[in-house]
Amino acid sequence: MDQPAGSPLVVLEGVNKSFGPLHVLKDIDLQVGRGEVLVVIGPSGSGKSTMCRCINRLETVDSGRVLVDGQELPREGKALARLRADIGMVFQSFNLFAHMSVLDNVTLGPIKVRGVAKAEARERGRALLTRVGIGDKADAMPAQLSGGQQQRAAIARALAMQPKLMLFDEPTSALDPEYISEVLDVMRGLAEEGMTMVVVTHEMGFARSAGNRVAFMDGGRIVEVAPPEQFFNAPESPRARDFLGKILTH
Amino acid sequence: MGLSTITDNLDVYVEGFVGTVTLTALGAAGALALGTALAAMRVSPVATLRAGGLLYVETLRNCPLPVLVVLMAFGLPKLGETFLWSFFAYGAVAIALYHAAFVCEAVRSGIGSVSTGQGEAARSLGLPFGQVLRLVVLPQAFRTVIPPLGNVLIALTKNTSVVALIDVTDITNNTELIINDTVDPIFAVLGSACAYLLLTLPMGLLVGRLEKRAAFAR
Ligand SMILES: Nc1ncnc2c1ncn2[C@@H]1O[C@H](COP(=O)(O)OP(=O)(O)OP(=O)(O)O)[C@@H](O)[C@H]1O
Ligand SMILES: [Mg+2]
Repeated sequence: MDQPAGSPLVVLEGVNKSFGPLHVLKDIDLQVGRGEVLVVIGPSGSGKSTMCRCINRLETVDSGRVLVDGQELPREGKALARLRADIGMVFQSFNLFAHMSVLDNVTLGPIKVRGVAKAEARERGRALLTRVGIGDKADAMPAQLSGGQQQRAAIARALAMQPKLMLFDEPTSALDPEYISEVLDVMRGLAEEGMTMVVVTHEMGFARSAGNRVAFMDGGRIVEVAPPEQFFNAPESPRARDFLGKILTH
Repeated sequence: MGLSTITDNLDVYVEGFVGTVTLTALGAAGALALGTALAAMRVSPVATLRAGGLLYVETLRNCPLPVLVVLMAFGLPKLGETFLWSFFAYGAVAIALYHAAFVCEAVRSGIGSVSTGQGEAARSLGLPFGQVLRLVVLPQAFRTVIPPLGNVLIALTKNTSVVALIDVTDITNNTELIINDTVDPIFAVLGSACAYLLLTLPMGLLVGRLEKRAAFAR
């Protein structure tokens, strides 16, 4: 397995997680280096989302450790909230706050969590919205936006916190095909600027072009981790070969 | 006898009406504040808070309001001088405590109607639990909560009549005075019904309006 250079930003050590009798994560060991883009792929139900959510503790782990920037995430409370502020999360279903304008979505975190002055937060928020290509939608309500626009707003909301790390859980899976590339383009731009990213996706083109490494999950385990070229051209494990065969012919 | 039973006693009705309005306002304010806090407890990540909220709701919901009123009025003073209040205060507090349980359940069901993704997105930003609830979840829950909350408040208004049990001045208590005075229960009670309607009808209209406004605000 390749080790990323320098001290890793994210470390998972022997992480196990069950939902009742269902053992969803089995002895997960994983490191994500600073500035690295790790793409997570695998069949449905293999535990990709759960692993992603364990990294910012939207799910608790049963055993093992999750460290972000050398710090173990506390179980609950204010300290956990503080560490979460440094981790951006983008969901499949966007989850923009439905009762707020797009700009208010983007400024809520900086104002309430970081204590940024309102005027400054709004100015920076508008700049971020312009950067993801929806500067003209700042005053719209989320329901008035297309899926692609909503997801770009959600990315801007996460970026507004100036996170060290961005987690993406199938950010384009709920989008109509014509909107997928505009979201992937924003993510590619982020990757080029050196953002550390963990991206769960079925977009193999993105995995090849923007990913530094690909982690393949199956049945709650990380079966294989490799650079995209190696993974897509010569997967080591039979299960990865089988999976790639299915999605590439389909 | 007849309509004069009402017209001759207008001042008595007005006095009772003022009592009922005051009890309703105080009871509703207390029930809304306490009920919302209880709902927050019931969805909090802390198990003991959740259990406390549940215990409160189940106890109060299953205790008849008249029992609660009498227990407070005659039981509390035994606990010492701090609890030596007016009968009016016992009545108002009992009404607030009792209806807080129902407010809690209405608010909790509203919280349940907001998709979990909203709370998760808010937590991911680093907002602590209280702000997740106050800034993101409750404002959206408000929409679905208005109709059941309206029902609770209208029920509360009518339930204030139990304070007549401990001789607090309200519409019901004063109606009893008028009945004793005029021996005309039918018209006396009709007058009392009008007085209650004067209070509950505008409340119903207001709830309907709020409901419409919240439906558009999206
Ligand atoms: N909150 C939960 N309660 C119970 N079971 C859950 C919960 N969340 C996930 N699971 C189960 O855990 C397993 C892994 O789920 P997870 O969402 O992590 O898979 P995934 O790899 O992201 O799948 P997909 O590609 O469909 O999103 C699945 O069997 C799922 O049904
Ligand atoms: Mg998933």
